[in-house]
Amino acid sequence: MRLTRYLPLGVALLAAAFLIVPAILSILAGITANYFRGLSSGLTLRWIFEVWELYAGSIFLSLWIALCCLVVTLLIGVPAAYWLARNPGRMARWLEEFVSLPLSIPGLALALALIQLYGSHLGFRTSWLFILTGHVLYTLPFMVRSVQAVWAGMDLTTLEESAASLGAGPWQRFRDIALPGALPGILAGALTVVTLSIGEFNLTWMLHTPYLKTLPVGLADAYASMRLEIASAYTLIFFVIIVPLLMAMQWASDRARRLTR
Amino acid sequence: MTLTLTNIGKTFADGTRAVCPTDLSVAEGEILSLLGPSGCGKTTLLRMIAGLECPDSGGQIRFDDSDVTDLPVERRQVGMVFQSYALFPNMSLRANVGYGLRMQKLPRPEIDARVEEVLALCRLEPYAARAVSALSGGQRQRVALARAIAPRPRVLLLDEPLSALDASLREALRDELAELLRRFNITAIFVTHDQTEALAIADRVAVMQAGRIEQIGAPEVLYRQPASRFVAEFVGDAMALEGSRDGEMLCMAAGRLPLPAAAPGLLPYVRAEDIQICADGPLTARVDSVTFLGTHYRIGLGDLGQQPLYCSHQAAVAPQPGAMVRLSIPKQGIMMLPQSQASAR
Ligand SMILES: Nc1ncnc2c1ncn2[C@@H]1O[C@H](COP(=O)(O)OP(=O)(O)OP(=O)(O)O)[C@@H](O)[C@H]1O
Ligand SMILES: [Mg+2]
Repeated sequence: MRLTRYLPLGVALLAAAFLIVPAILSILAGITANYFRGLSSGLTLRWIFEVWELYAGSIFLSLWIALCCLVVTLLIGVPAAYWLARNPGRMARWLEEFVSLPLSIPGLALALALIQLYGSHLGFRTSWLFILTGHVLYTLPFMVRSVQAVWAGMDLTTLEESAASLGAGPWQRFRDIALPGALPGILAGALTVVTLSIGEFNLTWMLHTPYLKTLPVGLADAYASMRLEIASAYTLIFFVIIVPLLMAMQWASDRARRLTR
Repeated sequence: MTLTLTNIGKTFADGTRAVCPTDLSVAEGEILSLLGPSGCGKTTLLRMIAGLECPDSGGQIRFDDSDVTDLPVERRQVGMVFQSYALFPNMSLRANVGYGLRMQKLPRPEIDARVEEVLALCRLEPYAARAVSALSGGQRQRVALARAIAPRPRVLLLDEPLSALDASLREALRDELAELLRRFNITAIFVTHDQTEALAIADRVAVMQAGRIEQIGAPEVLYRQPASRFVAEFVGDAMALEGSRDGEMLCMAAGRLPLPAAAPGLLPYVRAEDIQICADGPLTARVDSVTFLGTHYRIGLGDLGQQPLYCSHQAAVAPQPGAMVRLSIPKQGIMMLPQSQASAR
């Protein structure tokens, strides 16, 4: 009786520990004066400052790309989802599959395709816009799906017809009925896009140039070429940025799902 | 406003003929009900009047003297009440009701005044500040009505406005809706597949079947003088009397019954309330079932033909199942109708 009650809990705790302990060790390493001598060498913020000096550019580049990626996916994704929601049918399903295609292709292959296509345009190839293109391709389906799901769950057609009968033109219907209804999905999609863009490694690693490193690419670089404490401090900074985003994303998509039920 | 439809039909892209070319006119202030079974094209006809569906070429819709056939819905000034109400979930009750007035770009104080007026008319003031998700079904129905009526539309179109409510509430709201519509004094078209709703609310009822209007007339006329078997069966559940004809007599298995007219080619129909159980009736039948319905007993009679007949028996006691009873049907209770729908207007 007792056993059956506590066993699952124990297993869950063990699994959590298995996942969390490496992260905690890594974070601790980032604030230990000398990792090989252990915690007894004292705690310090020195490594964090050093990371900042070395990689502030990467951090800002990542945030900038994430922001641009968000703007672009909003500008393309929301109208696309609106069109899909308003015109259900074979054509819409087909288009939806097409938009979602990048999801099923490994980031590596996507990057190679981009390089093959644009590699010879050196100006573009070496600009941050090249990385942005990759990120948009990769995150767009998440935005479209998230927004479209909310619209599919709220009988958009009848609501808009009802607004139209009250004198609202196409733009007013979109602004007053469709957009406010989709806000939870837009919020969830936006957080997903930002989180994915900041954390994206596979694709970005292939697309980056020595002068254009994003946050995760910089992290790989730090582990490869810096002392362990610096790389660990980098991990700490990465966590501080990405974990709140992850939590907000979880919250927003839960909310969107509840509202559309 | 007078509404005139000329030659209005609808064939959908997949070839479905939802409405056959139809002429219809609704007078100023009249409440017309479109009544018919599921799939007969009521909603399609209503949506064409609203401008949500485009009629086949050759048709014309006129509001008074202006041709609105090509006017998009947002410029037609129609009020629409949807079956699902379609209240805007992101707005309060008050904002819902004021939406049409906002679209007309009226000054703020006028919008507020008119919203209050409509809320009072529909007895919605106590809930005005609520979110629409915090309303009961009956309240939502009234909000949908208030929202449609607030911009003073030229015609009010209602698509099964009561069907989302449960039966007990539906009856109470039916009378309330009828009263509100009269008070608005507005031209209105009301779609329903419930005959009591149509008879109770409308000035005139158009009975539809398979995309065409079978008969149109005042509720009493439809009920007492149905033009076809379909109308008689759909409005008031008429039953066929089976038997062979001998001049003005009908020879049934149960006995001989005098008919109101010889009328060859027409068949006799009767309603349950016109069959009377009385000791000296000309017909004899066996009681198959007895159902007590409060105001009366519903008695199933066997041995009269392929279809059982039903009789409403208004008395303190009912005969026992299995008993033989004598029946009479007065001549004025018998309707002589054509077998097929001879599309009478
Ligand atoms: N968009 C459409 N495309 C093709 N056929 C349609 C479409 N809308 C309706 N129909 C068909 O047109 C016919 C009439 O439909 P309509 O919705 O007008 O019926 P109704 O009388 O309102 O029925 P109900 O009482 O069930 O609401 C039906 O056979 C329906 O299947
Ligand atoms: Mg319908």
